[in-house]
Amino acid sequence: MKVGVVSFPGSNCDEDALLAIVERLHESAVLLWHKDHDLQGADVVILPGGFSYGDYLRSGAIARFSPIMQEVVAHARRGGPVIGFCNGFQIACEAGLLPGALLRNVSLQFRSMPVTLRVETSQTVFTNAATAGARLTMPIAHGDGRFTADADTLTRLESEGQVVFRYVNAAGEPTEAANPNGSMRNIAGVCNPGGTVVGMMPHPERALEPLLGSTDGLVLFESLLASVKA
Amino acid sequence: MTTHATPRPGDPAITPALVAEHGITPDEYDRVVAMLGRTPTLTEIGIISALWSEHCSYKHSRPVLKTLPTQAPWVLQGPGENAGVIAIGDGLAVAFKIESHNHPSAVEPYQGAATGVGGILRDVFTMGARPIAMLNSLRFGSLDTPRVRYLVAGVVKGIGDYGNCVGIPTVAGDVMFDAAYEGNPLVNAMCVGLLREEELIRAKAEGVGNPIIAVGARTGRDGIHGASFASEDLSAETEAKRPRVQVGDPFTEKLLLEASLELIRSGHIVAIQDMGAAGLTSSSAEMAERGDVGVTIDTMKVPVREAGMTPYEILLSESQERMLVVATRGREAEVKAILAKWDLVAEVIGEVIAEPVYRVTEGDRVVAEFPGTRLVTDCPQYHPEARESDAAIERRTRDVAAIAEQPEEADPIWTLTRLLEAPTIASKRWIHRQYDSTVRTSTVAGPGHADAAVIRIRGTRKAIAVKTDCNGRYVYLDPRVGGRIAVAEAARNVACTGATPRAITNCLNFGNPKKPEVFFQFREAVYGMGDACRALETPVTGGNVSLYNENPQGAVYPTPTIGMVGVLDDAAHATRMTFTTPGDAILLLGEPREELGGSEYLAWIHGTVAGAPPACDLDAEKALIDAILEAIRAGHVRSAHDCSEGGLGVALAESCIADETHPLGAEVDLSAWPALSRRALLFGETQGRIIVSTSDADAVTAIATRHGVPVYRIGTVRLATDGLTVQVGASRWTAPLATLADAYHGAIPRAMSRAAAETVGTEGVA
Repeated sequence: MKVGVVSFPGSNCDEDALLAIVERLHESAVLLWHKDHDLQGADVVILPGGFSYGDYLRSGAIARFSPIMQEVVAHARRGGPVIGFCNGFQIACEAGLLPGALLRNVSLQFRSMPVTLRVETSQTVFTNAATAGARLTMPIAHGDGRFTADADTLTRLESEGQVVFRYVNAAGEPTEAANPNGSMRNIAGVCNPGGTVVGMMPHPERALEPLLGSTDGLVLFESLLASVKA
Repeated sequence: MTTHATPRPGDPAITPALVAEHGITPDEYDRVVAMLGRTPTLTEIGIISALWSEHCSYKHSRPVLKTLPTQAPWVLQGPGENAGVIAIGDGLAVAFKIESHNHPSAVEPYQGAATGVGGILRDVFTMGARPIAMLNSLRFGSLDTPRVRYLVAGVVKGIGDYGNCVGIPTVAGDVMFDAAYEGNPLVNAMCVGLLREEELIRAKAEGVGNPIIAVGARTGRDGIHGASFASEDLSAETEAKRPRVQVGDPFTEKLLLEASLELIRSGHIVAIQDMGAAGLTSSSAEMAERGDVGVTIDTMKVPVREAGMTPYEILLSESQERMLVVATRGREAEVKAILAKWDLVAEVIGEVIAEPVYRVTEGDRVVAEFPGTRLVTDCPQYHPEARESDAAIERRTRDVAAIAEQPEEADPIWTLTRLLEAPTIASKRWIHRQYDSTVRTSTVAGPGHADAAVIRIRGTRKAIAVKTDCNGRYVYLDPRVGGRIAVAEAARNVACTGATPRAITNCLNFGNPKKPEVFFQFREAVYGMGDACRALETPVTGGNVSLYNENPQGAVYPTPTIGMVGVLDDAAHATRMTFTTPGDAILLLGEPREELGGSEYLAWIHGTVAGAPPACDLDAEKALIDAILEAIRAGHVRSAHDCSEGGLGVALAESCIADETHPLGAEVDLSAWPALSRRALLFGETQGRIIVSTSDADAVTAIATRHGVPVYRIGTVRLATDGLTVQVGASRWTAPLATLADAYHGAIPRAMSRAAAETVGTEGVA
């Protein structure tokens, strides 16, 4: 598997994502410069966390116009896997690869903390090795993470199995207290209808080593590997 | 030598009033005239006002600072550079520095704090180091006042928004609240960066003919006179100086960070320095002084944000996210190409010259010219009078044992619960959950989990531990002892995580040094720090002095904040502060004494800051550090937590409840000290103590004993449902963990939620 990690000038989790692939999965990965038009033969594209172009206007609003994003969108349209973490999720939504939008956290504050997620579907390139209902713990770190969509879209996401992760409490229930940002229906991650584009606010690349407190992100990267090798 | 400079058309006449407005004393003005052999121009007056400000010149502090130890085999760069650097083995080094942004944060908390973070980041990456961790040491007045809550909310958001965007984890710090900081909050930011030893670069201009290049953001009219603003007391007029506060742009900072590191590694440049306090003036003058060369700069070539800026404004602007670079001649195009990749500008604005002058031109007109490096070196040094204030002596010598207990104190659980909700002690989660602490995927122990933060070093087994610390009350009550404790506690914190304390940076926050009582505090506190740094082998590698932290109500507590860096040879040894396993033995290393002076107990329960602070036995501290490190490395320690504010009682409670998701109970018997008053036993802040939990009490006891450290088995870790039980003699009390946890975790969120309702009202005032 060859993974391309997009480097926007304000990306700050691009190196983390790259190292996750290289050091934890022992697969190859390259950084894709935002000014380029070349995916360098990547099988999978990761849109990493950060502040793409400063995000002073709206998170991800400018990134969608970058040269590399034209290629990423084309790759996704061909059915190629695209995974967005945090700012990458925001960019995927802005670029029309995923439904909905990420608004300012309801607390109006940045939130950096571990959260518990429930896997809602294993029918995606990023969750096929996980079991629906499984609980995963990993960090969030964002100011604009409140997933929002209109009622029809929400209904469609639920009925088509496009809700991939939900924020839950220790008992696995999607309660208000377990929701760190006010996301509608506690949604932490969604996918496109084919399950090939997945976006999520939490950071699975920060949950791959016992030394750092959680290895719950591994199953997601293993899913990716399985779907590309398949 | 004589120098020549021509006033610009329209420059005001140089009058005593104009000189005074620039904060230059008549004596200092006479020195300038003698140095130049003529009347200075307005531009030259501006340059002097910045470079001879306290902030840039250290004119009141330098003689005392020179007494601090700065050497050790692992120190690669001591004071005098943008940041200090120590070797950590494997060819790697860490650069680190702490700096204040107190004055700007007092008038504009969000931008003041944000630009403080930006400035300290630049100080570290200009050494060639990639920033890997940020810390913050904050001091505020009482959370009971709306103004303070407004400051807390703004400062925290400013720190978070800046560091989060650049992508450097904010992992540790310390926050204390006391009325002494009411009008003058302290905002000290520390940055730690990682580099290979051979990548170290210094800010020393060299090579006649080499171009001087302005890099990064364009220069605007913001922050003019920021350095001199930071060198005077705050007053009612301070509000009018808000335009002196700069505005930060963390996205540009991120670009500048990447571009600067790429530049340094490209080999095309010989020196680089942040245009920080006093902007272009100080960066160019300091680089010239370090290299003992001349420089000439043409202000018309500086990329500016707005038309019509005068040389005076361009030289003194503190616009953020700018760097000054000395490149190798002939490599200008390569330098510009690297900056262009990051969409930043780079313009040649001057060059290194053989002639020993510091010269500024505006096109062909010379508007400022100083002989050699005397611009920096001729700044006078002052040796102010030092005399302890009667008020401090009276407070220290007060008999605090005579202070009667309140009736509720008959139940020590009541006292403990009150102390856990004291904002200085309570969980700071409301603050640090606004900081990204896990970006860069190297945070082994983040905020609130351990006595210091632990960051692993990729590609090695190593990790570093970092912490800031200072109890200003102790320093106020006895500056020498307080200075020692600040260093000793920071070292103890770092050691509790398993790291060998290696070196410090310091941020010396004091009042007006022209007042004898303030200069006494400064001198004695620095002497105390020096004592501890020598004893604990943690030399000073640099730092920052922030004086004039006072307003008409008085000065802040003298607060010499310590930023400590330690090294773990094996990241797997990283040790947290919270109990892990029911049944483990709880040991106390060190022992309690009848010491209540300066305690949070007296301040919070009795509203009194008085008495002598706890004694600081540096030999005992060293032995304690050696013992805990040996025990941790031998694999015997499950948790380690030092006793600080709130004493043994609070430390035990924190080890039970600090980890919200995994609380554990404890059963403790403290009958071994019948001679001590119960409140000194539970809440006194005797130094040199660590609470350890272990599955092998005998092994830890043997190690402690071998190091001459007193060690007592005081209890056992229990289930969360058992609560915290404390027995002293025939008396026994039990607190449910939920009560303690609610006090500890709920106090600051409850206080701050009151702020939301008041924001509208207070922003108008601010």
